Amino acid sequence: MSKNVGSNNKANNFALQDKIFGYSTQFFALLVLVTLVGIVASLFMGSWQTLTQTGPKFFVTDTWDPVRNLYGGMAPLWGTIITATIALIIGVPVSFGIAVFLTEMCPPALKRPLGTAVELLAAIPSIIYGMWGLFIFAPLFAETLQPLMINTLGQIPVIGVVFQGTPNGFGVFTAGVILSVMVIPFIASVMRDVFDTTPPILKESAYGLGATTWEVVWNVVLPYTKAGVIGGIMLGLGRALGETMAVTFVIGNAYNISAKLFEPGNSIASSLANEFNEASDPAHLSALITLGLTLFVLSFCVLAASRWMLAALSKREGKRT
Amino acid sequence: MRFSHQILGLAAAMAVSASATLTYAQTTITGAGATFPFPIYAKWADEYKKATGTAMNYQSIGSGGGIKQIQAKTVDFGASDLPLTADVLAKDGLVQFPAIIGGVVPVTNMESVKPGELKLTGPVLADIFLGKIKTWNDKAITDLNPGLKLDGPITVVRRSDGSGTTFLFVDYLAKVSPEWKSKVGVGAAVSWPEGVGGKGNEGVAQYVQRIKGSIGYVEYAYAKKNKLDHIAMKNKDGQFVQPEEASFIAASAGADWKNTPGMAVVLTNQPGAKSWPMTGASFILMHAKPAKPESSREVLKFFEWALKNGQKSAAELEYVPLPPATVSLIQGEWKKITDASGKAVF
Repeated sequence: MSKNVGSNNKANNFALQDKIFGYSTQFFALLVLVTLVGIVASLFMGSWQTLTQTGPKFFVTDTWDPVRNLYGGMAPLWGTIITATIALIIGVPVSFGIAVFLTEMCPPALKRPLGTAVELLAAIPSIIYGMWGLFIFAPLFAETLQPLMINTLGQIPVIGVVFQGTPNGFGVFTAGVILSVMVIPFIASVMRDVFDTTPPILKESAYGLGATTWEVVWNVVLPYTKAGVIGGIMLGLGRALGETMAVTFVIGNAYNISAKLFEPGNSIASSLANEFNEASDPAHLSALITLGLTLFVLSFCVLAASRWMLAALSKREGKRT
Repeated sequence: MRFSHQILGLAAAMAVSASATLTYAQTTITGAGATFPFPIYAKWADEYKKATGTAMNYQSIGSGGGIKQIQAKTVDFGASDLPLTADVLAKDGLVQFPAIIGGVVPVTNMESVKPGELKLTGPVLADIFLGKIKTWNDKAITDLNPGLKLDGPITVVRRSDGSGTTFLFVDYLAKVSPEWKSKVGVGAAVSWPEGVGGKGNEGVAQYVQRIKGSIGYVEYAYAKKNKLDHIAMKNKDGQFVQPEEASFIAASAGADWKNTPGMAVVLTNQPGAKSWPMTGASFILMHAKPAKPESSREVLKFFEWALKNGQKSAAELEYVPLPPATVSLIQGEWKKITDASGKAVF
C-alpha cells in the first residue's frame, strides 16, 4: 500500500515537472516573439516624427543636413544595397569554389585543416576586418589594383563609369570587397556542410554513368542541397546588410549617391554608428531610427524572399528540368 | 525558528550591502559627455582618486549625449564642447563653466612638405573643404606658399560622426567664409559638400596618414601623437601662427569670459597677433539646484583640485590649462550652484 502511494507521488511529481518544463519552454519561445514585437513597436514610435513629417519623401531624397534638420535616407539605403550586392557577387562564386573543393576534390589530409581555417575566418570579430581594411587593404588597393581598374575597366563605354572615382582606396567598392571577405566563411561553411549531406550513392551513380566532377556538382549535389545553399547565401546577405564597424572604417562615410564605385558612400548601419552619439535634436534622432526601421524591413524582405524562393523551388521538385 | 534566523540573517546582509552602496555613492561622482577632453578627465580622475580617495567616473559618450544626460539628471555633471547659450542654460536650470582648452589643427599628407611649412588662410581652407579648390597647385594656395613644390589632387578628410572638434572647425570656417556660413552652416555634424569621413579623431588621423594629398582636421593631441603634418594658419590679426600651447593660450587670453553669459565663449578666430584661430574650451554643465547637493559639492571639489593641480598632466596630454584669472571667474560661477535653501553648496 505504502509503496503504491510512493509511486503515485513520484508520478505526480513527474507530471508537475513536465508541466513546469513545458510552460517554461513555451515562455522562452514567446519571449522571442514579444521581443520582436517590442523592437518593431519601438522602432515605429521612434521613427514616427520622420514618417509623419517627411513621409515617403525620406526614402527618395539624399540630403542629410543636421544643421538645417533636413533628412533623406536614400544615400545610406543605396550604399547598403550596393555594398551587399558587391559582397555577394564576389562572395558566392568564391564560397561555391571553396565548398566544391573541400567536398569533392580535396585530398583527405587537407580537408580538416582547410575546413577549420574557413570556420576560424567566420569567428574573427568584424572590427578586425575593418582594421585590416583600413590599414592594409585600402592603401594597397589604392596603389595597385584601383588605378589599374580605372585605366582598364573604367575605359569601357557605358559600364566603365562604375569603375571610376578618386583612387584613394576608400569607398563603396572597398567596403563591398571587405564585406565579401567577411561573408565568404559563412556561405562556404554552410555550403560545405550541406554538400556533405548529399548521399554518396547519388554521386557515385552519376560518376558511374561517366559524369565529370562539374556535372556531378551542378546536376546532382546542387539540386539536392539548394535549400541549404540558398539559406547560406541569405545568412551571408544578412551579415553584409547589417555589418557596421568594418564598413564604417572603409566606406568613406559621405552621404552621396554615385554610380562610381570608387567614390565614398554610406550605409545604414554605419550612419547609425557614426551619428547616434551626438544626435541631440529629436528630428535627427527620429531620422536615424527611421533608417534603423528601414534596415529591419530590408532584412525582413530578404528573409521573406528566400522563403518564397525555397517554396517555389520545392514546387518544381520532381519535375524534369 | 531556523527559518526566522535565516530571514534575520538576510535582512542583516541587506542592511550591510545597503550601507555599502550608500558610502560608495558618497565617494563616487559621475559625469558624461564630450570625447575631446576625455583623456585629461580620465587622468585627473586617476590622480584625484590617489590624492583623496574619491572616485570620478566619466563616460565619454559625446557632447550631445552629455547634454541629454545632465538634462535627465542621470549624472552629476555633463560635459560639452559646444557651450550652451544663456537662454538654454536658464531654461534647464544649468550652470556652465570651462574646464580645459585645446586646439583643432588642420593636418596634411604631402611628401614634399614638412610639418608647419604649408601656410593657409581661413577663406582658402574653407574653399578646400567646400570642394572649390581641388588641387594643391591651385593659385590660391601657391600664392601663399611661393617656395613650396605643390602638386596633385586634394582629398578632403573630415569627421563622419558628430563631434565638438567638428563644431570648432566649422565655426571657424563660417566666421571667415560667408559661403560656408550660408551653404553648410555650423554644428557638431554638418552636411559636408566634399570628402571622406573618418570616425573619431583617430579615424581622421588614419585616413590622412593613408591618403596622399589629403587634408583633414584633428584635435591637437592626436596630431602630435600620430606625428601628422600640421599647417600654419593666418589668424584674425593677419599673422601666420603655428598650432602650439603658446598660440592656444594667446587665443584664450583675449576671451571675454567675464561678460559672456554662461561663460559661453567660443574661442575661434580670436584677435591677437599670436592667437591660433581654431582654439576651443570644453565645458562642464551642472544643475543650479541639484537634487543631491552633496554630490555637486564633490564635483566642484574635484574641479577645484583639477584646475589647481592638474596643469602638469594637462600639458603632458597637449591640453592647455585655464589661466588663473579665468579660474577665479569660474569659482565665482560655482556660487550659483545652491541647495534647496539657496545656500551655495561649495
